[in-house]
Amino acid sequence: MSGYMETFYLIIVLAPLFASLIAGLFGNLVGRHGAHWVTNIGVGISTVLSLLVYKHHIIDGAADYNQSIYVWLTSGGIDFQIGFLIDKLSATMMVVVSFVSWMIHIYTIGYMQNDPGYQRFFSYISLFTFAMLMLVMSNNFLQLFFGWEAVGLVSYLLIGFWYKKESAIFANLKAFLVNRIGDFGFLLGIAAVLMYFDTLDYVEVFKNVEQHADTTITIINGEPWSLMTVICISLFIGAMGKSAQVPLHVWLPDSMEGPTPISALIHAATMVTAGIFMVSRMSPLFELSATALNFILIIGAITALSMGILGLVQNDIKRVVAYSTLSQLGYMTVALGASAYAAAMFHLVTHAFFKALLFLAAGSVIIVMHHEQDMRKMGGLFKYMPITCFTCFIGSLALIGFPGTSGFFSKDIIIEAVHYSSLPASSFAYYSVLLGVFITALYSFRLFFMTFFGKENMSREKWEKLHEAPAVVTTPLLVLAIPSLILGFFLIDPVLSGNYFGSAIYVSSENNALSIIGAEYKGIFSFITHAFLHPPVYLSFAGLFVAWLCYIKFPNLPGMIVGHIGFIYRLLVNKYGFDDFNQVFFAGGVRKIGHLLSHYGDAKLIDGLLVNGSAKSIRIFSSFIRHMQSGYLYHYAFSIIIGLLLLIAIFVHGVFY
Amino acid sequence: MILDNIPILSILIWMPILGGIWSLIIGDQQEKVVKHFSLLISLATFLFSIILYYQFDNNFLGMQFIEEFYWIESFSIKYHLGVDGIALPLIMLTSFTTVIVVLAAWEVIDEYISFYMCAFLILTGLMNGVFAALDSILFYVFWEAMLIPMFLIIGIWGGPNRVYATIKFFLYTFLGSVFMLVALLYLYSISGSFNIEDMQQTSLGLTAQKLIFIAFFLAFAVKIPMWPIHTWLPDAHVEAPTGGSVVLAAIMLKMGGYGFLRFSLPIAPDASFFFATPMILLSLIAIVYIGFVALVQEDMKKLIAYSSISHMGFVTLGFFIPFGIFASTNSLSGAVMGIEGALMQMISHGFISAAMFLCVGMMYDRLHSRMIKDYGGVINSMPYFAAFMMLFAMANSGLPGTSGFVGEFLVILSSFKLNFWIAFTAGLTLILGAAYTLWMYKRVIFGEAIKEEVSDLKDIDARESLILFLLAVVVLLFGIWPAPLFDLMHVSIQQLVEQITQSKIL
Repeated sequence: MSGYMETFYLIIVLAPLFASLIAGLFGNLVGRHGAHWVTNIGVGISTVLSLLVYKHHIIDGAADYNQSIYVWLTSGGIDFQIGFLIDKLSATMMVVVSFVSWMIHIYTIGYMQNDPGYQRFFSYISLFTFAMLMLVMSNNFLQLFFGWEAVGLVSYLLIGFWYKKESAIFANLKAFLVNRIGDFGFLLGIAAVLMYFDTLDYVEVFKNVEQHADTTITIINGEPWSLMTVICISLFIGAMGKSAQVPLHVWLPDSMEGPTPISALIHAATMVTAGIFMVSRMSPLFELSATALNFILIIGAITALSMGILGLVQNDIKRVVAYSTLSQLGYMTVALGASAYAAAMFHLVTHAFFKALLFLAAGSVIIVMHHEQDMRKMGGLFKYMPITCFTCFIGSLALIGFPGTSGFFSKDIIIEAVHYSSLPASSFAYYSVLLGVFITALYSFRLFFMTFFGKENMSREKWEKLHEAPAVVTTPLLVLAIPSLILGFFLIDPVLSGNYFGSAIYVSSENNALSIIGAEYKGIFSFITHAFLHPPVYLSFAGLFVAWLCYIKFPNLPGMIVGHIGFIYRLLVNKYGFDDFNQVFFAGGVRKIGHLLSHYGDAKLIDGLLVNGSAKSIRIFSSFIRHMQSGYLYHYAFSIIIGLLLLIAIFVHGVFY
Repeated sequence: MILDNIPILSILIWMPILGGIWSLIIGDQQEKVVKHFSLLISLATFLFSIILYYQFDNNFLGMQFIEEFYWIESFSIKYHLGVDGIALPLIMLTSFTTVIVVLAAWEVIDEYISFYMCAFLILTGLMNGVFAALDSILFYVFWEAMLIPMFLIIGIWGGPNRVYATIKFFLYTFLGSVFMLVALLYLYSISGSFNIEDMQQTSLGLTAQKLIFIAFFLAFAVKIPMWPIHTWLPDAHVEAPTGGSVVLAAIMLKMGGYGFLRFSLPIAPDASFFFATPMILLSLIAIVYIGFVALVQEDMKKLIAYSSISHMGFVTLGFFIPFGIFASTNSLSGAVMGIEGALMQMISHGFISAAMFLCVGMMYDRLHSRMIKDYGGVINSMPYFAAFMMLFAMANSGLPGTSGFVGEFLVILSSFKLNFWIAFTAGLTLILGAAYTLWMYKRVIFGEAIKEEVSDLKDIDARESLILFLLAVVVLLFGIWPAPLFDLMHVSIQQLVEQITQSKIL
C-alpha cells in the first residue's frame, strides 16, 4: 500500500494543477463543458485519493510519511526542498480541502452558468485547490510559505473576478495588501527559524526545539527576548493575516465582493483556516512560549466576540456569514491559545462543512433572487426553496452549537478547554467566547428568520418567479449537510482521547487542558447531557429565542432598539471605524510619505539642488571663465599686468615680513 | 567535439558587433532583410551562450574558456577573456535579452531600423565583453564603449525630453567611471599588472583600499543605481524607447552589481568591511524610500524604473551583509547565501523588469501614453495581455513560485542573521512592492474601459505573445526550480567569500 501512497500524494497535488492549466490556458479550446469536466475530474481524483490517504493514515494508523521531492535550491550549505509530510494532521486537512473544493466545483456549474468568465473561474478554483494542498502537505517552511502566498494570489484573483466592479477590485487589492502585512511577519518568523535551526524542515526543527527553549535574542538593545516568543509571534502575525484576526481582519468582509462559491471555499472553509492549521502544525514551538499563547488567546477572544457583534447589524446575507466566519475563526484561535490544538482543528473541520454549507445556501438564495443580497428584501422563502431552507437550518444549528450537531461538540470542547486553561489571559477569553455563543445564535437565526420566514419583502414579479435552485446547486448542499449534522459523533471520541492527531500535535503537560476534559469524558451521550450543566447551551438557546422574538414575534422590536442605542449602532455599522482609520492613516499616510519623498527628496533636493544645482554652478563658473577669454589683446595685456603686480606685491610682502 | 576549441567568448563579443555593422551596411531600404539578419545574429549569440552553459564546469575553481594574448605589450595590457559562475549567468541573460529586444523592435521601430538593430547588436557584444573581460583595461574599454550605443538609442529613438535624459545619463555614468580608471591605474602601479585576478591578490593598506573603494563605488553605485545617485535612471527610462529601457534595466544596471563583485569586494575587502554599514544603510534606504516614491508615480515607466532601484537595493544589501555576518558568526555559509541571493536577484530582475517594460511598451505602442490616468480597464479589450502582465506584476511583487521571490527571500533570510532590524526593513518590500505594482495594475488593467480608445485596443498579436511567453517561461522556471542557476554560482561565490573575508592588509 505504501508504495502506491507516494504516487497518490503526487497525483493529489498535481491533478488539480493540470486541470487548472487546461481550463485556463486552453479555455477556448475545451469550451465551457470541457472546463468544468476537466476540473471536476481533477479535484474528484484528489478527493478520492485523499480519502484513501485518510484511511491509510488515520484509520489504519500507518506511519508518517516525510520525504522531499526535489531540491529547490542549495545555498550556504542549506538545502531548500519541496516535499511532503503526511501525518494525521495533513491527512485530515487534505480531505477537508479536496472534499469541500469538489463540492464547490459541482456547485459552480450551476452558480456561474451564465458568467462569461466560466472557464477562468474553474481554472482559478482548481489552482486554489493545488495551492492549498501544497500548503497543508508541506514538510517545510519554504513550501508552506509558497502555498501561503499562492492561496493569497488566487484569493486576490477571485475576489477581483468581476474585474469591472470597482468595489471588487478595491477589495482584492485590500485583501492582498493586508495579507502581505501578515506574510511580512511570517517571513521574519521563518528567517528566525532558519537562523537558529539551520534548516527549514519541520521535523528537524521540532527535534531540536528544546535546545532553544531558553535562547534569547536581542531586538531592542539591552532587552533579551525569548527566541521562541519572537518566532511564534512572528509566525502568528502571518496567521492573523490569513485567518483574519483583529486588526488584520479588515479584508475578509470586503472579500465577499467575489462570487459566492469562492466565499464558501476560500473565505470560509479552507484558506482562512490556513493560519489555524499552521499554528497547530507548529505546536512544538508554540508550546514553549506562554507569552505567545497569551497573545493568541487575547487576539482570538477579541475577534470571536467583536466580529460576532458586527454580524448582528449586517443586512447583506453574505456579510452576515462573513462576520460569522471571522467570529468562528476567533474561536479556533482561542483554542490554539489554550493549547487545545486538537479542538481548534476539530472546529476547523466541522466549521469547514457547516460554513461552506451556509455560504452555498446563501448563494442559492442569491441566484434565485437574481443577485439580490439584502435580507430586508427577502423573507418567506421557505415555501419556495425548501431544500435550501432545510439545509440552511442544519448549518445554522451546527453553527450555534445545538446539542448533537457537529458544531456543538467542537465548540463545546473549545469553551471547556479555555475554562481549564491556566494562562492569565484565559479568563478574559472564557467570558468572551461565552458571550459569543449568545451572539452567534442571535445573528445566525436573525439571518435564518429574515431570509426564510416572515413576510415576503421582494417585488411581486420576483416573488412569482421564485423556485428552488437547480440540482447541481442543491446536491452539494445536501451532501454538506450530512457531515455538518453527524461528524461530531465520529470525531469527539478520538479527539478527546488524544489519539486522533497522535504525535502530529504536541502539547506540554502543564498546558494540557484537553486531557482534563478527556479524563472526565464518559461517552457521547453523557457528554451531551453533561453540556446541559454548563452555560453555553443555555446561552445559545437564549440567542435563538431572542432572534425569534425580534424577527418573528415582534418584527418592530429591532427598529426600536436601534432607536435607543443610536450611537452604538452607528459604531457597529461603521465596523468600529477600522476601515476609516486604515483608509486615512495607512492608505492616505503612505501616499503622503510617497509624495513627500518624491517631491522634496528626489525632485527638489537631489535633482534640484545637487544634480542640476551642480550643473548650474558649473555653468556660472564657466561663463565667468568664458568672459575672460574674450580674444581682445588689451584684455590679456591688462590681466598680465594685474597678475604681475599681484605677484610683485606678494613677493615684496614676503620679503619684508 | 568540434566546439571544444573555438574561442567562444570572442564569438559572443564580436559576432554581434560585426553583425551590427553588417546590418548597417544592409541599410534601411531592405528593412525585412535587416530584421531577419539581426534576429539570426541574436539567436546565434544566444545559441553560443547556451553552448557556453553546457561546456561550463560547475565544479571548476577559477576562470574558464580563457583567451589570452597581448594587446598593448609595453603596458602588459592583454586581450584576456574568461568566465566564472558569476559572469556566465549574466552573459546568458544578455544574449537572451537581445533576442527579446530584436523581436520587440520588429514592427515598432520604423525609423532607421538598420541603425537601431546595429546599435543594439553592438551593445550586446560590448556588454558580453564587460562580463568576459579579465583585463581591467579591456574591461574599461568595453565599459565606456557601451555608453555610446545607449546614448544614441535614447538620443535618437527617445521621447521628447531625450536630450536632458541622455546628457544626465552620460555625465553621471561617465563621471563615475573616470574615477574607476584612476583606481585601475593606481592598482597597476602597485601590482604591475592590469589583470583583474592579479589585482585581487595584491595586498593594500587600509587607506589605499578606502580610496580605491570610493573610486569604484562612484562607478558602480551610479550604474546600479544606489540612492542618492539614482535620479538619472527614471529620466533615462522615461525617455528611452522600449528596447532601450529593457536593456538598461535588464543588463546595464547589473554591470554595477557585477563591478562590486569583481572589483570592489575582492580588491578592497577591508575597505568593503569598513564601509559595510553605510552601504547597508543606503541599500535599505533604496528599498524603502524608493518604494514609497514608486507608489506615487503617475508615469508607468517611471514607476517601474523606481521599482528597479528598489529591487537593486536587495542586490547591494546582499553584497554587504556578508561582512557583518562573517564578523559576528565567523561562518562563511551565511555570507554565501547573501551574495548568491543578490546574484539571483540580479538575474531575476533582468527578466522581470524587461517584461514589465515590454508590457508598458506594448500599451504605449497602441495609445502613445505612459501615464496611468490615460488607461483603465485594459483587460476588457486585451485579456491575454492582462494575464501576462498579471504574472509579471506578481513576480515584481516577489510572489513565491516566480523568480522574483528567490533572491529577495535569500537576502532577507541572511540579513536576519546579521540583525533583526535589517531583515525587518528589507522585508517591508513585501508590502511596498505589492502595493506599488498591484495598485498600478489595478488602475491600468482592471475596471470598466474608461474611454473608447481603451475599449478599442487590439490584444497582443502572435509576435508580442511570443515575447511575453518566453519571459513568462523563464520567470516561472527559475521560480519553481532555481537550483541549476545556483549550481553554476556555488564554486565562484564560495571562492569570492573566502577572498573577501581575508584581510589584505599586511
